[in-house]
Amino acid sequence: MAGWTRRWATAVAVTLGLAGPAAAFDIDDWASVVSEAKGETVYFNAWGGAANINAYIAWTGEQMKARYGVDVVHVKLDDTARAVASVLAEKSAGKDADGSVDLIWINGENFAAMKRQGLLFTPGWATRLPNWAYVDHEAKPTVLTDFTVPTEGLESPWGGAKLVFFYDKARTPTAELPKSAKDLVDWAQTHPGRFSYPQPPDFIGSSFLKQVLIELVADRSKLLKPVNEATFQQDVAPLFAYLDQLTPNLWRKGKAYPQNYPDMKQKLADGELDIIFAFNPAEASAAIANGELQDTVRSFVFPGGTLGNTHFVAIPYNANAKAGALLLADFLISPEAQLRKQNTQFWGDPTVLAMAKLPDADRAAFAALDLGVATLRPDQLGPALDEPHPDWMTRIETEWIRRYGAAN
Amino acid sequence: MKSALHPHIGTGVTVVLCLPVLAGLAGTLLPAFGYLPALGGTQVTFQHFEALAAQPHILRSALISLAAGLTSTFVALVVVATFVAGFAGTRPFAFIQHLLSPLLAVPHAASAFAIAFLIAPSGFLLRIISPVLTGFTRPPDWLIPNDSLGLSMISGLVAKEIPFLLLVMLAALPQLPVANARRLMTALGFNRVSGFAIALWPLLYRQVRLPVFAVLVYSTSVVDVSMILGPQLPPTLPVRIAHWLADDDIGARFLASAGAVLQLALGLLAIAIWIGVERLGRICHRRLSSSGKRLGDDRLLRLAAASVMATSAAFIFIGLGLLALWSIAGLWPFPDRLPTNLTFKTWERALETLAAPLATTIAIALLSSLVALAIAIGLLSRSGHRSADRWLPVFLPLLVPEITFVFGLQILAAMAGLSPSIATVAALHLVFVLPYVLLSLGPPWRALDRRYEQIASGLGKSPLAILVTIRLPMLLRACLTAFAVGFAVSVSLYLPTVLIGAGRVTTITTEAVALSSGGDRRVIGVYALLQALLPFLGFLIASLVPQLLFRHRRAMRI
Repeated sequence: MAGWTRRWATAVAVTLGLAGPAAAFDIDDWASVVSEAKGETVYFNAWGGAANINAYIAWTGEQMKARYGVDVVHVKLDDTARAVASVLAEKSAGKDADGSVDLIWINGENFAAMKRQGLLFTPGWATRLPNWAYVDHEAKPTVLTDFTVPTEGLESPWGGAKLVFFYDKARTPTAELPKSAKDLVDWAQTHPGRFSYPQPPDFIGSSFLKQVLIELVADRSKLLKPVNEATFQQDVAPLFAYLDQLTPNLWRKGKAYPQNYPDMKQKLADGELDIIFAFNPAEASAAIANGELQDTVRSFVFPGGTLGNTHFVAIPYNANAKAGALLLADFLISPEAQLRKQNTQFWGDPTVLAMAKLPDADRAAFAALDLGVATLRPDQLGPALDEPHPDWMTRIETEWIRRYGAAN
Repeated sequence: MKSALHPHIGTGVTVVLCLPVLAGLAGTLLPAFGYLPALGGTQVTFQHFEALAAQPHILRSALISLAAGLTSTFVALVVVATFVAGFAGTRPFAFIQHLLSPLLAVPHAASAFAIAFLIAPSGFLLRIISPVLTGFTRPPDWLIPNDSLGLSMISGLVAKEIPFLLLVMLAALPQLPVANARRLMTALGFNRVSGFAIALWPLLYRQVRLPVFAVLVYSTSVVDVSMILGPQLPPTLPVRIAHWLADDDIGARFLASAGAVLQLALGLLAIAIWIGVERLGRICHRRLSSSGKRLGDDRLLRLAAASVMATSAAFIFIGLGLLALWSIAGLWPFPDRLPTNLTFKTWERALETLAAPLATTIAIALLSSLVALAIAIGLLSRSGHRSADRWLPVFLPLLVPEITFVFGLQILAAMAGLSPSIATVAALHLVFVLPYVLLSLGPPWRALDRRYEQIASGLGKSPLAILVTIRLPMLLRACLTAFAVGFAVSVSLYLPTVLIGAGRVTTITTEAVALSSGGDRRVIGVYALLQALLPFLGFLIASLVPQLLFRHRRAMRI
């Protein structure tokens, strides 16, 4: 009923030439957002492949219901591109209001696509959320640029990701660990068959290629822009020279690759691999708690930095429950929700908030979090290397298949 | 006997049932040549075949599929034929037959995982003998499975095709003069295997030829088994087609279509080569028969065939046991033979989200196999005494690789505006389920003594009354088995469910394939077991219902 009234009100507004997203609420008057959101149902389109993350999202739904009377429905996606495609389909069908997607968990290529095609809700909303005050946009530049694309307040940060390596200290002495991609080649030479990466285009496998590319490319500034066809082969030559050197010492001599991160995790437990890597620093601790990895597994990073990025939530331009989506996006960056998210027991995803900006009690609660034996503290994670422009990945994946696709 | 149905209905049904295959093929062929208006393709072009040819290592992918299909079919057929020749009618025969029958219910993917868990360097076989015999405290770096020659994949296919070919031959045996021929050949001084080969094999092979072709086409185009056990770099052709179909870039659809046409050609080539092999076999058979040579002792040969049969069954059974153990395992490092601790966490998590896909799976399987059973009874009652060849159109789905026409059907369904639902998925399943139901119900239908019906007819019963009161009750067990076979086929269908269900109709099998791509052995264990359990329940019902219904009729219980 409320929805019908609002739609009718919007229709009237459109007729009178008053159309605008702020017809029924004003984002700078937060009380109007809260009252407008009451009774709305927010369809949160988020990847649904991990049980602990699904449970966390269910918790946020309970909180939203109890505090603001907002229903949250988790639409479990196997691929975020699906949600992007449905918004695009709605736009081409002329459905500019009452869309089926209210909030999307998003970053990188999908964000770039939505931004490029004008599928996102008004710029600047993210930086006007009340809890933005706590967000660490000074020390975490990836909060403002998503895979080199400026966010312009079109998406609100939700959590951090950082490439972290895992090893079993019972098998691999800590002193022998590689300190850079170059080191890793030498390490693989002395430990043949004990390192590998998921077969591209797996996301984690592609991320390893990006890490090597960033470390070895002659001019890093080139990676911030789309691929220059004229110099592409020359730009990626160091990467493929590196891989040519590494491949004979890979697991199965590079004739087969792990499928993805969970597959690598199994192989670390089996003793097939000695060094693996993930994008969530808390993964190893969670796996130890689950009995999937030995309790002697530990983490390390390269001192020169590893790939880091941020994941976000965004609101489509035609979302049906915009006020509810804003309220949920704000709740997701509240100290309370971020604290629970960083807790290894629930998820273990690094926070996007700045400890210095938090009230004392919250800061103490974050400091008291037990990150688990195998998780590095935020100050031990080392510098974050920026993601290259999305264009690079696509090109490198194709090139990889051409060169290594028939290793047998 | 007069038919219980109007004669034209049967023909109509067969035509309707082969329509989806033909329409699907058209839906694949047209885009391959560039015609797909929905995606802006309106001109006939060969550029998609050029793009296909430009795909790196495409020829190698195709050749590996072809070789694996031919080899696995040949090996499985030789093993089963030697076993049948050497043991038909003996006690070990009955034993191995009972051992193998439940394996028919185990889906291909589940048995492939079972084998992978056994033979991998970190698998159970090596754990048993390590480190005591091997000295390995860590898994060796061997390329198994996913070996370059596809041997793991071939053995996985052989293990799974053996029960099917055995079942098919068992159904055909009662129509052959096995005992008489054996007595004659023994009297003439032939050993069992060569005697069987000379006297009975041509008769037997003629009856199982169609299922053998089905096995051949299937193993040439299989996706799931080759994903799990097959070579990875490059993968087999069907795996690559499946990847293109899943590509975000809609343009990849044209490439997938061109790939599907190549797959179709590959299937035809496999059949052509097979027919060549048949010719060679015929010449050898003639030489052997006319030479009059009495080959020596065949005990070794028989033993070899029986051991391969028993080993393949044992592999899958032990593998399923391992799946069960992994599904509750905590940490289980190499080379421990048992897990350090046990946990039911994976089961708890799976059961939380299982209700909906489970209900969908059962609904689709019930719907498609019941309708298939009804159609099969209709077709058989019309002309059951004649051979199966006249329904060749119905068997088309077994002879055309599914990846080549299901994809075309998906495009047609999208163009027709059909939305994915349990009904549309079940309708498509029917196309795959019916041939298996017919294969299963046909032989017992023909074997039933027709004099019962002649007497009933003489007493003035109508054909329909005879069907309902005489034939169906007497064939209840066979009908239920056919139903269970259909149920199992429907449960295990992956590609048709995913493509027509458009990701919105999720079954246990689509969940199993999606989740097991993660490579977590606990999750794989849970889903592969569930996937194997459902068809098994179908077979259990098929064997329990007659026991209950006929508890007062001794001759109807077995």
